[in-house]
Amino acid sequence: MPGLEDLYREIILDHYRTPRNRGELPTPPARLAVGHNPLCGDEVTVYVDVEDGTVRDVKVAGQGCSISQSSASMMTQAVIGKRVGEVQSVVRRFKAMLSIDERPGSPGDPATDGADGADDTGSVKGDGSELGELEALRGVVKFPVRIKCATLAWNTLVEALDAPRDPA
Amino acid sequence: MTSTVTDLTARRADFPLLRREIDGKRIVYLDSANSSQKPESVIEAMADFARTSYAPINRSAYRLAAEATDAYEAARSKVARFVNAPADDEVVFTKNATESLNLVAKAWGGAHLRAGDVVVLTHMEHHANIVPWHQLAAERGIVLRWIPLTDHGELDLTDLDELLDGAKVFSFTAMSNVLGTITPVRLLVDAAHRAGALAVVDACQYVPHNPTDIQAWDADFVAFSSHKMCGPSGIGLLWGRACLLDETPPFLGGGNMISDVRLDGFTPAPVPAKFEAGTPPIIEAAGLGAAIDYLDGIGMVDLRRHEMELTEYALSTLQQRFGDDIRIHGPRNVEVRGGVISFEFRDIHPHDVSQVLDGDNVCVRAGHHCAKPLMRILGVAATVRASLYLYNDTADVDALADALDRAGDFFSI
Ligand SMILES: Cc1ncc(COP(=O)(O)O)c(C=O)c1O
Repeated sequence: MPGLEDLYREIILDHYRTPRNRGELPTPPARLAVGHNPLCGDEVTVYVDVEDGTVRDVKVAGQGCSISQSSASMMTQAVIGKRVGEVQSVVRRFKAMLSIDERPGSPGDPATDGADGADDTGSVKGDGSELGELEALRGVVKFPVRIKCATLAWNTLVEALDAPRDPA
Repeated sequence: MTSTVTDLTARRADFPLLRREIDGKRIVYLDSANSSQKPESVIEAMADFARTSYAPINRSAYRLAAEATDAYEAARSKVARFVNAPADDEVVFTKNATESLNLVAKAWGGAHLRAGDVVVLTHMEHHANIVPWHQLAAERGIVLRWIPLTDHGELDLTDLDELLDGAKVFSFTAMSNVLGTITPVRLLVDAAHRAGALAVVDACQYVPHNPTDIQAWDADFVAFSSHKMCGPSGIGLLWGRACLLDETPPFLGGGNMISDVRLDGFTPAPVPAKFEAGTPPIIEAAGLGAAIDYLDGIGMVDLRRHEMELTEYALSTLQQRFGDDIRIHGPRNVEVRGGVISFEFRDIHPHDVSQVLDGDNVCVRAGHHCAKPLMRILGVAATVRASLYLYNDTADVDALADALDRAGDFFSI
């Protein structure tokens, strides 16, 4: 078995202990989505505030394991201030790093919908370039059951971006 | 420890999987509430049946088919005897306990429950005893009521009669798969009957670990599964009173469940074939029969005593070693609980705890255990659950505690 250190890199534990951008945003103007990990019962709510095509702010509420919480925390830092199109590209590259095939219509990929720009052809399997800190989560690949933990907040972010602005 | 705990440890050798090592270390299997391991005799019985006696049942005139049919029916008799059912034909083979409970809710309930009819459940039910009733509620407007829990994780029976008043069904677990709580089945059945309600018992966790006497319970339906009692997966059990099974329409339609099919309709077969549409789990039935022989060989009284002692050892060991760092759910008294131990450890997420434990081959379940309403009531999203069976011993409990120490160290600072 790969060592625990492959999974729990120091940077991950740091984000777990001190999560960034935790909390809520008023909706509207922000939108939200709730994601569940059916395996462990974890639940995250992602709030995203988009203005003029740019993600102004993201906040994450809910509970989860160190992998899902740290991944959510790093995600917020990776996407705040980016254009929505760029965010979608980060999501794709992140999931590709975790060996998740992002080709449209590929099985087991609930987040494909609406995430495809014209420049998006085929997958970018294994390519984690320019992901910065997020690269720390690469070790999750060796622990397949934990991949869902790592992607929970990301899939929820994609849903939030697609959500109607005023969730009545 | 007392002698009984050591007595059964030799039984570990009966389970080939438990002889396996991963990374040169023994496997500490503490997930039997989820599904149990299989002894050699069960594995052999299935392989042997497939090698020498396999044939479709109930359909053909050749001798081999008759032999296979006999083996299938012999397994049914063993199950009936094992739980002291009054008649073999009241035992229905299903796919798993989930299907058994769905059969009751959807086939019996579908035929007999109307909008506004009340079904009473408890706060400690498995999803298998919640969702089918939710589906019936959505479909035809039955109303659900819930028996709450005490702070100690037992059923709070203060308002039992009020909650049952006017109810048509009371469906409850005999032993919680999260808290380990053993419920007072006979008392609950009597209360249901006083109110004129049917008593449905989810005995999934109870039957594998306790001597079971369905007649002493006086219940109306009882669901349980093979895979938690040393038998194979793929076969589940439903016992029902003959008169109730008779008035229940078939659940699935197809071959084997009919006595006649015409262009304008069909006549169902008598019970139990009526509920066994299609080719049933034949090899699995042979395995289940062997599992019952195996459990009979140990004796359910001794098995229960072993688990009580081991549960006591586990509860006191964990409490002594971790004090306030561990929060164990469910009753403290092992007289009213089985060897299912759900807990939180420090503030480390259960998923992370089990990841570290897995590094030491300690197999526990981390999650909601298919009991999300109960999780919400406990105020947690998930717990770690270590569950014991006949093949576990004090060394397994010690290994769990040692691994928890390591998890604590890993996530400290
Ligand atoms: C209390 C309880 N009820 C029902 C079930 C469902 O059993 P099965 O897996 O055989 O469908 C389980 C097992 O997970 C259980 O523990």
